[in-house]
Amino acid sequence: MALNLDSKIPEGPIQDKWEKHKFNSKLVNPSNKRKFSVIVVGTGLAGGSAAASLAELGYNVKSFCISDSPRRAHSIAAQGGINGAKNYPNDGDSVWRLFYDTVKGGDYRSREANVYRLAQVANNIIDQCTAQGVPFARDYGGYLDNRSFGGAQVSRTFYAKGQTGQQLLLGAYQSMMRQVNKGKIKLYTRREILDIVVIDGKARGVITRDIITGDIERHVSDAVVLASGGYGNVYYLSTNAMASNVGAAWKAYKKGAGFANPCFTQIHPTCIPVSGDHQSKLTLMSESLRNDGRVWVPKEKDDKRHPNEISEDERDYYLERIYPSFGNLVPRDVASRNAKLQCDEGKGVGETGLAVYLDFRDAIKREGEDTIRARYGNLFEMYQRITDESPYKQPMKIYPAIHYTMGGLWVDYNLQSTIPGLHVLGEANFSDHGANRLGASALMQGLADGYFIIPYTLGNYFGTNELSKVDTTHPEFQKCEDKAKEQINKLLGINGTRTADDFHKKLGRLIWNDVGMSRNEAGLKKVISEVQKLKQEFWSDLKVTGTAVGVNAELEKAGRIADFIELGELMARDALARPESCGGHFREESQTEENEALRDDTNFAHSAVWEFKGASTEPERHKEELTFENVPLTQRSYK
Amino acid sequence: MSNKDMTIHLKVWRQKDRKDAGRFEDYTIPNVSKDMSFLEMLDVLNEKLVLDSKEPIAFDHDCREGICGSCSLMINGQAHGPEKATTSCQLHMRSFSDDDTIVVEPWRARAFPVLKDLMTDRSSFDKVIASGGFVSVNTGNAQDANTMTVSKENADLAMDAAACIGCGACVASCPNASAMLFASAKISQMALLPQGKVEAAQRASEMVKTMDEEGFGNCTNHAECEASCPKEINLSNIARMNREFFKSKIFSKKG
Repeated sequence: MALNLDSKIPEGPIQDKWEKHKFNSKLVNPSNKRKFSVIVVGTGLAGGSAAASLAELGYNVKSFCISDSPRRAHSIAAQGGINGAKNYPNDGDSVWRLFYDTVKGGDYRSREANVYRLAQVANNIIDQCTAQGVPFARDYGGYLDNRSFGGAQVSRTFYAKGQTGQQLLLGAYQSMMRQVNKGKIKLYTRREILDIVVIDGKARGVITRDIITGDIERHVSDAVVLASGGYGNVYYLSTNAMASNVGAAWKAYKKGAGFANPCFTQIHPTCIPVSGDHQSKLTLMSESLRNDGRVWVPKEKDDKRHPNEISEDERDYYLERIYPSFGNLVPRDVASRNAKLQCDEGKGVGETGLAVYLDFRDAIKREGEDTIRARYGNLFEMYQRITDESPYKQPMKIYPAIHYTMGGLWVDYNLQSTIPGLHVLGEANFSDHGANRLGASALMQGLADGYFIIPYTLGNYFGTNELSKVDTTHPEFQKCEDKAKEQINKLLGINGTRTADDFHKKLGRLIWNDVGMSRNEAGLKKVISEVQKLKQEFWSDLKVTGTAVGVNAELEKAGRIADFIELGELMARDALARPESCGGHFREESQTEENEALRDDTNFAHSAVWEFKGASTEPERHKEELTFENVPLTQRSYK
Repeated sequence: MSNKDMTIHLKVWRQKDRKDAGRFEDYTIPNVSKDMSFLEMLDVLNEKLVLDSKEPIAFDHDCREGICGSCSLMINGQAHGPEKATTSCQLHMRSFSDDDTIVVEPWRARAFPVLKDLMTDRSSFDKVIASGGFVSVNTGNAQDANTMTVSKENADLAMDAAACIGCGACVASCPNASAMLFASAKISQMALLPQGKVEAAQRASEMVKTMDEEGFGNCTNHAECEASCPKEINLSNIARMNREFFKSKIFSKKG
């Protein structure tokens, strides 16, 4: 079986594609919409906005989330902001510029048509969220305020203090809850997705586990929308929430959905450094801090003095030095890699030597402590709470950490995966960010997919497909449920000596070291066999306490780690099969003389899409060629 | 004292499920680092329990950066522990001393039944929001965001109210288990913004009604909620909610 990778990009000039596509899409009569049911997995920005918008249209929505409330999805932790091309600051922004910046920022590994549409609907998102009562920051005239962000030379980022993700998510959540109240959304909280049910080649339901009772349940629908987030937790330590997992997407992959560019992961440059072995997760400091903070290391190696004792001429503001035109606002991958290079040279600071300084001294001098407090107060407090150091008095210490995954399930222009009826939104898909995501673009993409794209393209799916009548007594549901139960029993029955977390930590170290900030052929080959070995150990030496009935966090973790181990291997394979560098994927073999990522557009201007071929067979790599008609392919430069 | 050598004694509430009566169990954890978060200390304990083939302690947690509102521990009788404006996940062991005994309980409130150990069911909060905590604007309805201005003062006050993470500390620390601070934060946010004005009366009335139905108590001005709130939601929101509620009753067109 070959994957159908028809991207279904509409004909015509890029500016007209989406309008034309909407016009050509089949509509579902308003009174017929109530006859269709949709399962939406995930209640973050993408899933929450999709569930609310689809229910408003009249579809019957079943919404699933892993937390006790949809309001807790990890979109809530996004701090900095959301992009829009309103050009309110009159500084030269436009839909075209947002499109251009995003394609360039993604290092030319995304699909132009999708990115253009994203830039087009970005302004509608700002309008929609404002109308919902999202308390965006405003100026003294009462108008919306903007700030600048990495990878852009205009101020196009809307924000709500340092809690933009929270406020946007609550906006989507409240819209969802309004539909719950109207009976158009049925809410299933504390549910884990154990399988995607595919009948006659179409996605028709899911198998879930109720985390409280342990019950395995069958849910049927006319279409399934996956908005289950990214897979950053494969690294164990990441800025993802503890329960963020790849389960639903991975099950879809094993059911025939192509998985695109798994090695495209984003390392965020400004996280709080690791303090010890007990560490369970990493905390991000918003990239917006780079607007006022200056990144530096001591010029001398192994300089252990207190940062405030290191004089101006003994400091190397390396980003300002190397990239004079973007300075501290270079894109994330560039900032992260440079931090690693400084630390590799022995100039890293702090106890571990794995940190660089982010200094607000000059900004405080220039604008006053009150202004800086108004901008970043909550971030500074968060930093102080974790590290016991005040950024008002001494520079922050930061180090890169995994933050976002650009790869994900392959989707066409309609956001449909290679399984008909299975649509994938937000971070779970591979769609818009290419090999690197620009700041304030994740919130934009999640909400674009959920509010303004899926409501149109799902209608087209229903309008153009014959769906047979199916209920949960269909043998395929039985088969999927049996398989899910079998896996649970297997995990409970190993009775080994090592905990799920133990395996997760091991996996995380392997992937971070060899499929992290920089990758090379030897390391990737080595890590593939190490992960395979880890998989064997996992299935022979895992220890899970308790039973399948009732709350069992160890069992949940074990199931997720089983998926992460398999995904980790695929990431390494993908990284190995792409010997070029691009965006967050840095292959040491492919760099310029100045250590910048060097693309190979002749051979690798494509998305790699992996097809599952069975547990004991190697997956097959397919390509979707990318053409760049509107943004000329150039070597990215932020100098 | 070095960073590593605290010994901490815990008295933890263990309860098998909703029906179980529950009891405290004692644990001692050696080598606790001051840099650990409170939840990371529980992780260390749980890891040990699993290796000893004992059932680990169930507790809600997710983002571990103080924003998702999942974590919900009553620590020495204080919601989220001794530090001001701090969630359980952001509480660090440097707030405690060597040889301390710490009592850890779940939220206690009629509207938040215990599910297991330290996990509670807070879906009543969702029901309060579902009854009116929104602006009725369908996707696609919105006009350009800057056609409507909002004074910076009101926008900032709305943001302060909107910072609520829905953790339930306010309810857990209130002697009446009242959800007034929670509901008033949403009612205030919306009442302060022009977008929320149209439905202000109905919102206040419906959300208060749902609070009562869900079994939350009334406010008798103890202000424990404000003191325990990890996001420092201000008590003045309750006053604003009361104004909105009275307005909804006095000016009701339904009579």
